[in-house]
Amino acid sequence: MSMRGASQWWIPAAVVALACSLLLGVMIGPAGPTWWRVPLELLNRLPLLSIDSGLTETQWAIVWQIRAPRVVLAALVGSTLSIAGASYQGVFRNPLVDPYLLGVAAGAGLGATIVITVNRSGTSSWIIDPLPLIAFSGGLIAVLVTYLVGTTGKGERSSISLVLAGVAVTSLATAAQTFLLQRNSDVIRQVYSWILGRLSSATWSDVRLVLPYVVLSTVVLLLHRRLLDVLRVGDEEATALGVNVSRVRLVVVIAATLGTASVVAVSGLIGFVGIIVPHAVRLVVGTSYRLVLPISLLFGAAFLILADIPGRVLDNPAETPIGVVTAFLGAPFFLLILRTRKNER
Amino acid sequence: MTSLAFDQVRVDYAKRTAVASFTDTVKPGEWLCIIGPNGAGKSSLLRAIAGVVPHSGRILVDGSPLTARSSRRRAQLVAYVPQSPVLPSGMMGAEYVLLGRNPFVTHFGRESELDHSMVDDVIERLDLAGLATRDVDTLSGGERQRLVIARAIAQEAPILLLDEPTAALDIGHQQQALELVDTLRLEHGLTVVSSMHDLTLAGIYSDRLVLIHEGHTVASGIAREVLNASVLAEFYGANVRVHHEDDGTIVVVPSKREALK
Repeated sequence: MSMRGASQWWIPAAVVALACSLLLGVMIGPAGPTWWRVPLELLNRLPLLSIDSGLTETQWAIVWQIRAPRVVLAALVGSTLSIAGASYQGVFRNPLVDPYLLGVAAGAGLGATIVITVNRSGTSSWIIDPLPLIAFSGGLIAVLVTYLVGTTGKGERSSISLVLAGVAVTSLATAAQTFLLQRNSDVIRQVYSWILGRLSSATWSDVRLVLPYVVLSTVVLLLHRRLLDVLRVGDEEATALGVNVSRVRLVVVIAATLGTASVVAVSGLIGFVGIIVPHAVRLVVGTSYRLVLPISLLFGAAFLILADIPGRVLDNPAETPIGVVTAFLGAPFFLLILRTRKNER
Repeated sequence: MTSLAFDQVRVDYAKRTAVASFTDTVKPGEWLCIIGPNGAGKSSLLRAIAGVVPHSGRILVDGSPLTARSSRRRAQLVAYVPQSPVLPSGMMGAEYVLLGRNPFVTHFGRESELDHSMVDDVIERLDLAGLATRDVDTLSGGERQRLVIARAIAQEAPILLLDEPTAALDIGHQQQALELVDTLRLEHGLTVVSSMHDLTLAGIYSDRLVLIHEGHTVASGIAREVLNASVLAEFYGANVRVHHEDDGTIVVVPSKREALK
């Protein structure tokens, strides 16, 4: 059967790719030790092994306290956006959907803008930084509003009205954000640097903050990968095959939203990952969600780690925002997919 | 074998009533064919049995109401072949047939070896080995129809619903599809309910016909009783001649208006 054979090698291959990206991510950076000393030191830190890597304590601190959390956060953000994007595309049966479809991004953006506007001096030095929490809540509230107003239709129409409600909620939140920025033009720079996405200030506490949500969301989505394949025949036939379509859609949307809102809250809006990674994966491994979800998860993590590398070395000491790098790579790729799709018809 | 009974079944959409009141009993192993003009309510009735649209009244499978069952359990009893099935592009033929096993797989579970061998078996028996590893997007109309029937058979449901199973097929493929359903019905003791536009084929393959018009049953019985020119003229607005062949086949032939003079 089609699930057997060569396809069983994809997951190990993706795990290896992710491991290589993780290693590369901690090896490269503008300051710190010579790159090849890092893997030696990592081996040295393993139990029972003792290798002299020649790393000083400061250099190790750069690797472990600055690079490592950034790389791990990039992996969590990339994997979450990719698996959430693939899942959204599955439940809405629309290849052009991204995890921001139902207003998560706009809601989080509005939340962040409010926090920055109210506290111009910045909040990162507070004991508990309210920015991620309020961005997270803003994202969840936006999706909740979308769901409440968008689920009035029945059957096939329900997913269309949900998407339309998402568009409306997104415009509303964006309009409110623009209005706030017009009134407070002195914080535009701060808000934009948040919106464009940043991993540069990542710490282990950011990683701890998002980890529970990311794990929960990922586990729930992976558990639904077979059902996402059944949904591909449409709401009616899936119902006739015994699937409770609206319940599956609700659970998948909740899980994907939870993951997305939590990563957006710490990393800002990193565009296109949720679209390009699942599509690239489909081009390679086929369209079954049983493979698309786990492989998107792994490649999404690897992709964002790698996309984060040019940003920190190219334009040193200034940083190119990660959102700009992914959009630079993503937009042309997206156009390419659209073109090849057109040619297939 | 499983019986299917309808007790004042009614299907309402937002702005209109598709089925007003349908009462009937389909015997175990019987093939009931629902005929009627476009918009009469044939598809709505089948969709109600499949659980795709809500209904009032009662649809009873072996005496107990369908609505009392979970959607999974219902799908174990009723397999549905829609008029225009969605075959997701990029899906392989065998993966598509495997979807029919969904009612037997737990929510978060995976198909067992048994499910896979069941699918392999259906593919072999329906002679679809050539389609198993092909993208369903590349299949012809006849191949698609056979694959959808294979999915329904893999569902192992004792009741098979077919909505216009021959609508997109040429005369040869129409015959093949209906022969296949008939063979499977006899092999598995399936109870079949289908809607059909071709009245001659409906008469040949079904045990009994029900003619519905604007949501109401207007005639019911064997082909000889239901298929008569005046009834068809009244409800279809059609000019037809009905021939009775020596072997009992009823042939419905449209006739041009001039020919009546």
